[in-house]
Formats: sequence, structure tokens, C-alpha cells
Amino acid sequence: MNETPGRDGRPGGPPSAGAGEIRADLRLVADLVAPGTRVLDVGCGDGALLQFLTNSKEIDGRGLEIRQERVNASVSRGLSVVQGNAETDLRNYPSQAFDYVILSQTLQAIHDPRGVLEELLRIGKHAIVSFTNFGYWRFRLHLAYSGRMPVTDSKDHEWFDTPNIHLCTIRDFVTLCDALDITVERCFSVRRGGQTRRVRPSSALANLIGEQAVVLLGRE
Amino acid sequence: MSAPTKTRTPNTAELPGTRVELGIDEPLHLDCGAPLGPFTVAYQTYGRLNEAKSNAILVCHALTGDQFLAGDHPVTGKLGWWDVMVGPGKALDTGRYFVIGCNFLGGCMGTVGPAEINPATDKPYGLDFPVITIGDMVKAQKLLIDHLGIGRLFCVIGGSMGGMQALDWAVRYPERVFTAVPIATAARTSTQNIAFHEVGRQAIMADPDWCGGNYLLEGKRPHRGLAVARMGAHITYLSETALHRKFGRNLQDRKDVTYGFEADFQVESYLRHQGLTFVDRFDANTYLIITRAMDYFDLAEEHGGGVLAETFQGTEVRFCLISFTSDWMFPTAESRELVHALNAAAANVSFVEIESDQGHDSFLLDIPEYHKILSGFLAGAADHQVRCGAKAPSADE
Repeated sequence: MNETPGRDGRPGGPPSAGAGEIRADLRLVADLVAPGTRVLDVGCGDGALLQFLTNSKEIDGRGLEIRQERVNASVSRGLSVVQGNAETDLRNYPSQAFDYVILSQTLQAIHDPRGVLEELLRIGKHAIVSFTNFGYWRFRLHLAYSGRMPVTDSKDHEWFDTPNIHLCTIRDFVTLCDALDITVERCFSVRRGGQTRRVRPSSALANLIGEQAVVLLGRE
Repeated sequence: MSAPTKTRTPNTAELPGTRVELGIDEPLHLDCGAPLGPFTVAYQTYGRLNEAKSNAILVCHALTGDQFLAGDHPVTGKLGWWDVMVGPGKALDTGRYFVIGCNFLGGCMGTVGPAEINPATDKPYGLDFPVITIGDMVKAQKLLIDHLGIGRLFCVIGGSMGGMQALDWAVRYPERVFTAVPIATAARTSTQNIAFHEVGRQAIMADPDWCGGNYLLEGKRPHRGLAVARMGAHITYLSETALHRKFGRNLQDRKDVTYGFEADFQVESYLRHQGLTFVDRFDANTYLIITRAMDYFDLAEEHGGGVLAETFQGTEVRFCLISFTSDWMFPTAESRELVHALNAAAANVSFVEIESDQGHDSFLLDIPEYHKILSGFLAGAADHQVRCGAKAPSADE
């Protein structure tokens, strides 16, 4: 129930890509990062994206991850990752210290998405956020026909015990960005088969057919 | 308590390993204001220094450790204190890294300290030995690294008080350190730890055989006081869970309590044994001096005007901090404070907390995940060093 695709084979997430490969939504995130830049990955999982970016774009990368076993896995593979909580620890980072701050498939589990979004754009010149779009037509149909909350991928979590507490549509997200004076510089949708497409943030169609969204944010 | 064994603190001149005379041209200026030099530093090396001199790891030992990291210890007859970590194929892989163990300033395994002869008087220093600091130890180690011709250490690593030295290294000589690994440590010594140290010192000074610090001249040894200091300290290195699992309320070689003050309980017997074996290899005045050095340690106060984040501004050192869940002497919160300060300086930092119920001493133990993380961190840093072209400064910079 309500299980959104996680990072690095987290239960419910798409299967992890093989060596040298990377999941479609992560690949899209990676494509938005300029080479040789400073990157903070918030909720970096076991570090697959950081590793990919370090190898392919020679970034100066850091990670923050709440789950100890994932931090350990990341540090074991030579990545600079600290154990910590995005909601309390981002405030320690200095302003504009990174070129990109990435929040990939983590937004839905955050108690205060608005506060965290503000922090992302305080710390980074850009933020890259990816999330599951609950405006996706299958979710809408599921709710309409079964009268139950959408099931994105199955298994462990019912609506009452899911860690994913803040689910939104692309339109919801863009509305929040507007309210916070955050500019959506680029917006992409990812379809179930992995096809990605750049879309207008306000596009009603994108909000219907994209299962995932990846947005590049900035401040004027 | 039974009488201490016959062994005496070793004659350090007969110990294996290497000794070097430092501070010859210019004495070391100690924080207390006194000059020191020339003075002897004893060290041991493991593995080979590569041609680029880019694979050196300095291991800073803790309160009662020494330069004998691995293999047979020449005094205790046991394995070196970090044998689980240092050796071929181990986390500090001597097939790959050149590992240096160095007895810190004030120590009693060959480096100048209170038990050594003061050339000015031809007598042991005793309490005439200046009260030194963690910073003084690091300044002395830096002279050794200069002497070895190593421009930049690939890594400075240490647990507990050794972690304090690693932190001080990274802040004092950032251009001489590529990575720093402070384990089970803190940016300053907590009130509680100062309090425990004071109990230990008072135990030593309360022993009549301490003779106001002149026991070596009087031909005596404050064994009882030093043993009590060790027993008390030893409890702080463990955890309640570990103590309970190891000993419970089990009785020592008896069926019933004796209604006296023999070591009825196994835990008493264990602590007495710890105390007795310690006095064979350790000098009481050294214990006073180095616990004091640890008390004075406050990284932010000394280097950051009281603000920890300031101490790390602009640092390029790659840090890996490690703490242990059951460590109540240096709890995870103290490592986390360091992590927050490093984050505030946008420093390159990794931080892991390892699950262990063995207390502070976990940092000495063979915990597979801990070793795997350490070896992964070092391998990643070595890759990065190659990518940056290993532009190490020369030793005289």
C-alpha cells in the first residue's frame, strides 16, 4: 500500500539496475547534474546514485541517509555519507555550499516537505527532486474503482503503517513551489516503462501519464 | 589485594623498534610555555613506504596503548593492541599501507616521559616532567613525520584519546593530512570523563608509595594506587551489558560468599587482575600527566575561538567518524556534534555508528562491519588521492 519506488532496491522499488546501469529516474536525475560540481544527496540510500555520479561526472559528492545499514554500505564503498535525519540535520549545512542538492524518492516520507524544500534551496544553488506522481491515471482509476488507496507496488505497507505520509501529484508539487517562490526550471515525467520526457510543469497531461516526476528547482 | 608481581616497568632502552632524537635544532615549544628538546620518540612501522610516500598511515594510540600495534608485544607477551586491524589483508592493510605506531609524548614505552631520565639532573623526570597537551603530542608526532620525510600522511587514525590526536592533526596541520579517522572520540573531554580521571589520579596520589611523585628515586612503586586507577577506568571502557554477560553475579572459584572482602565475585577478580597486570607495564606519573593532557583537550576552544565549526573552515581533509552504540564514555552524540560542525564547514565527512554492546573498548575489537567500513573508506580515499594526482607537499613545507 502506498509504497513508492524506493532507492536501490528498497522494498517496493523497481529492481536495482545491474553494474554500470542505473534506474531510469536516477539516470534522469544524474543527467541534470553538471560534471565536476558539488552535490549533496539527501536520503542517498546505499549510495548508488552518488557512486554513479562520482564515476561518470567526477562530482564532489556527499550523502545524508537516515538508515544506518545503508550509511554503512555507502561508506564501505568509499562514499562520503553521514548518518542523519534530513528534517533536523540539513540546518547544519552552510548556505549555497553545493551546486545541487538531490532529494530522490524521499519527499513522501518527510514530515515537513515545505521546510525541507526551503532548506534544499538554501544549501544548494539548485535542487533536484524526484517523487511518485499520485495524479498518474492508474492511481486515479484505482481510487475511483476500488475505493481504496492506490497501491503503487505492493507488499509491506498498508495505509496506516506506511512511512510515506506526504503523497502528492505533479500539480500539487508545482503549486507548493509557486507558493514558496521556487522556480521549476525543468520538469520531467517518467512513465511506467521507463520512458522519460520533458514536460511543462503545468501540463495536465503530464500529471496524468507520468508515474514519476523529476524536477530541477532553483531560485531567481 | 595480593602483592603485585615482580616484573617492573620495562627498561625502555632495551625495547625493540626504532627511536629517534627530535627537537635537536630547535626545542619543541610546549603549550605550558616550557621548551622540550632534544627528546626521544619511539616508534614502530609496519608495511613499506611507497616511492611517492603517499601511503603512510599514522596510528595514534589511546591512554594506555603504545607503538606496538600488531604482532607480539615485547612487554606483555600478548598481541599488539590493534593486531585485529593492522596487518596483511586487514583493514589497515600492511600490503598496501605503511603504518606507523608512535608512543606519544609523555608515554612510557620509549618516548620521553616522566619515567625517563632528565638529562639536566640525570634523574627520572617524575613530576618535573611538564604537563603536556594533546597538541604537544601532535607537534612531536609531526617532527617524527618530518624526520621520516613524509610530506602528507595518507591517514591519521586513532580511537579515544588517539581520536583526539587525529582531530588535532587534521586541524593543526590540514595540509599534511589527506584523511582523518577519529574513532569513539570527541571534540573535547566531557565533564564526566574529567571526573573519572580525577578519581584515578587521586587513587595514585593517595598511595604512600607514590612519595609525592618521587617513587623512582625512593625505590618504590605506587602499585596499589595505580591499580585502583586502572580498575576504575576499566569499568568506563566496558558496558553494563558486556559486564553482565561476561560475569553476571557469578562467584570466583567458590560456592558461597565468604562474608569478607576477598574477591568473591568474578567481576572483582577480573578487575583486580586488570589492575595488577597494568602496573607491570605502566608508570604512575605518566598516568597522571596524560590523563591531564586529555582533560585539557578542547578543539573548539583552542582552534576555533570556542566555535567548533570554525575549527574546520575550509578544510580539505576527508573525515570518517565512527562511534559505537554502547559507548557511554564517548557516546555517539559527541561524534555527531563533530559531524554537525564538519557539515557546517561543508567538509568531506563520513559518519557511521556501529552496533556493539561492548562499550568504549569496541574500537579495539574485531567487529566485521567496523573493519569493512574502515577498509572501504580508506580504499575510496586512496582512489580519490590518485584522481587528485597525489599532490603531496614535501616534508619541509
